[in-house]
Amino acid sequence: MSTVPELVQLLTPEGQRVEDPTHAIDLSADELRGLYRDLVLVRRWDVEATALQRQGELGLWPPLLGQEAAQVGAGHALQPGDMAFPTYREHGVAWVRGVDPLHVMSLYRGVDNGGWDPAETGLNLYTIVIPAQTLHATGYAMGVQRDGAETAVLAFLGDGATSQGELSEAMIWAASFSAPVVFFCQNNQYAISAPIERQSRVPLAHRAAGFGFPGVRVDGNDVLAVLAVTRAALTAAREGQGPTFIEAFTYRMGAHTTSDDPTRYRLAHEVEEWRRRDPIARLRTHLEQEGIADADFLAAVEAEGEELAARIRRGTIAMQPRPAVTMFDAVYAEQPPPLAAQRDEFLAYQASFEEAGR
Amino acid sequence: MTTETLTMGKALNLGLRRAMDDDPKVVLMGEDIGRLGGVFRVTDGLQKDFGEARVVDTPLAEAGIVGTAVGLALRGYRPVCEIQFDGFVFPAVNQIVTQVAKISARSQGRMRMPVVIRIPFGGGIGAVEHHSESPEAYFAHTPGLKVVSVSNPVDAYWGIQQAIAAPDPVVFLEPKRRYWEKAEVDLDAIPEPLFRSRVVRRGDDVTVLAYGPMVATALQAAAAAAEEGRSLEVVDLRTLSPLDLDPVVDSVRRTGRCVVVHEAQVSHGLGAEIAARLTEQCFHSLEAPVLRAGGYDVPYPPARNEEEYLPDLDRVLDAVDRAMGF
Ligand SMILES: Cc1ncc(C[n+]2csc(CCOP(=O)(O)OP(=O)(O)O)c2C)c(N)n1
Ligand SMILES: [Mg+2]
Repeated sequence: MSTVPELVQLLTPEGQRVEDPTHAIDLSADELRGLYRDLVLVRRWDVEATALQRQGELGLWPPLLGQEAAQVGAGHALQPGDMAFPTYREHGVAWVRGVDPLHVMSLYRGVDNGGWDPAETGLNLYTIVIPAQTLHATGYAMGVQRDGAETAVLAFLGDGATSQGELSEAMIWAASFSAPVVFFCQNNQYAISAPIERQSRVPLAHRAAGFGFPGVRVDGNDVLAVLAVTRAALTAAREGQGPTFIEAFTYRMGAHTTSDDPTRYRLAHEVEEWRRRDPIARLRTHLEQEGIADADFLAAVEAEGEELAARIRRGTIAMQPRPAVTMFDAVYAEQPPPLAAQRDEFLAYQASFEEAGR
Repeated sequence: MTTETLTMGKALNLGLRRAMDDDPKVVLMGEDIGRLGGVFRVTDGLQKDFGEARVVDTPLAEAGIVGTAVGLALRGYRPVCEIQFDGFVFPAVNQIVTQVAKISARSQGRMRMPVVIRIPFGGGIGAVEHHSESPEAYFAHTPGLKVVSVSNPVDAYWGIQQAIAAPDPVVFLEPKRRYWEKAEVDLDAIPEPLFRSRVVRRGDDVTVLAYGPMVATALQAAAAAAEEGRSLEVVDLRTLSPLDLDPVVDSVRRTGRCVVVHEAQVSHGLGAEIAARLTEQCFHSLEAPVLRAGGYDVPYPPARNEEEYLPDLDRVLDAVDRAMGF
């Protein structure tokens, strides 16, 4: 039986700062306020998206509720030239990378599969097939090595994803070639209905040792600790020290997606217990106690959240489907003649309805 | 006679329950099938009644689900695997194609693989990427596998039991957009054999072949065509591998025209195989080439474009018109 690994924590759930010399972090008041603002804004976006799904404006929404600190902290650990490979839930990372929320909304509205440019934003497109992106991240990191570049790669995954064979392969590759990739696992305690115990009998952070690289468990609801740990791991990767596995210990406060009914598999008191470890409340307490945030600042962030939500709502509702013919357009770099012919037939078929006046 | 009005999802649930009652070796395994009852609730309540050893909430790994099913089958069990969505069967394809499909042949029949792999498949529910795929041709192309698709609650109820009882591996395709459609199911009936196709509507002008989600579409097309004085014969293929084309051949020899409908991309799909066989067996009766109405040769599009991608009543009628035009 393995022991529970130490949990890196720099901010207690009550908002008290913990000194930890091995995970030192020194942030300016502006940076701290910036983190708080991001946490609040991504939560506001998430709440709006859930509401929009309920109103039929999105096909589906996987909420990040409860995981804001893990995502915002990890996102801020990245440098502009770094590359991140998200799952389908990393809205907080997308936000920090400067992806317009509407480009994420278009995916869940069923308009496209993600409208942003990965090369421009340093965020790969969302990946739904678990955990395909962990191998992509590793290969990308191998490319970085060959380029001799000062770039690190961050691969996101969930606790459930750790059961897939492909993650084993990714971790073996990363270790074997000492690739500059960091595996960032948000252990939100569930894979849909399956509790973490179904995926692992050891703390996930312990898995890394078997592959030959460091594993760290960090309080995923503590944005400072997540930032410190992830930044250190990315720096190590950039400096040629190879991969790290980070287990961000957190909780999925919402449903798996808007199609899910979590009351079928977990108890309300568990959710309540985690509510007391809320990632936003603890940072607010800390900032207030330190005199870094006053009522005006907090109100301004709230107001900004309302504006953001309104913009997301307007933008989402206004989003029209792309012309159906575009489904033929980017399948290949060089469109094969039979497909071009099929495209023409499709257009002629559509036109036949217009002629018929239907 | 016990008759119940059941949705397809509930019919499958009852069919699974009966199979588990009949044979203690039947074990269900899959992601979220126990406590949650499956994302479509097809296994709802079964873990409660049969226990965690017979309804297994697996770790999140499809190769693991099918690979351990092989081992359980070698040990005398009859595993029924649920793949959560069509697009997530691919991690298991290695196990399905290199192991499940070949074990009987490579052991000269000493070992059998009575494994069922249930896959909710097809589109039409407005889902995100990888939740609307039609992967049947990959499996139908693999010798050693049997592949069936049900189109209605009656076939779902009996078909799942027959697939579980069958001595060979069966890929069992469930049209997810029809899970909620209802029909009367006679729970005491003598079921039709699993590996047989069936004429579901009589007609004289064109034979329309469909399976799974497209049977309902073909029937709607037949009803619409009838209003315009055109008579379509509709065949529910039911079994995709092996094919049972005898009723189809009889039909096409009468009508002289045939349209095959499937959601899957047309190129290199089931329709191509069927067209080739009908050409061989009905060549002198054919008044028109066998035509296909199916998905375009592109990745399944984003949900808001799926209506234009999927064959629908109009696309079937368009193909019928073209067949009549020869
Ligand atoms: C290969 C594959 N199998 C199944 C699924 C269906 N599925 C979507 S999310 C999910 C659970 C994922 O759990 P976890 O990795 O913990 O991530 P979380 O959703 O909790 O963020 C499952 C089974 C999938 N997307 N990909
Ligand atoms: Mg999880």
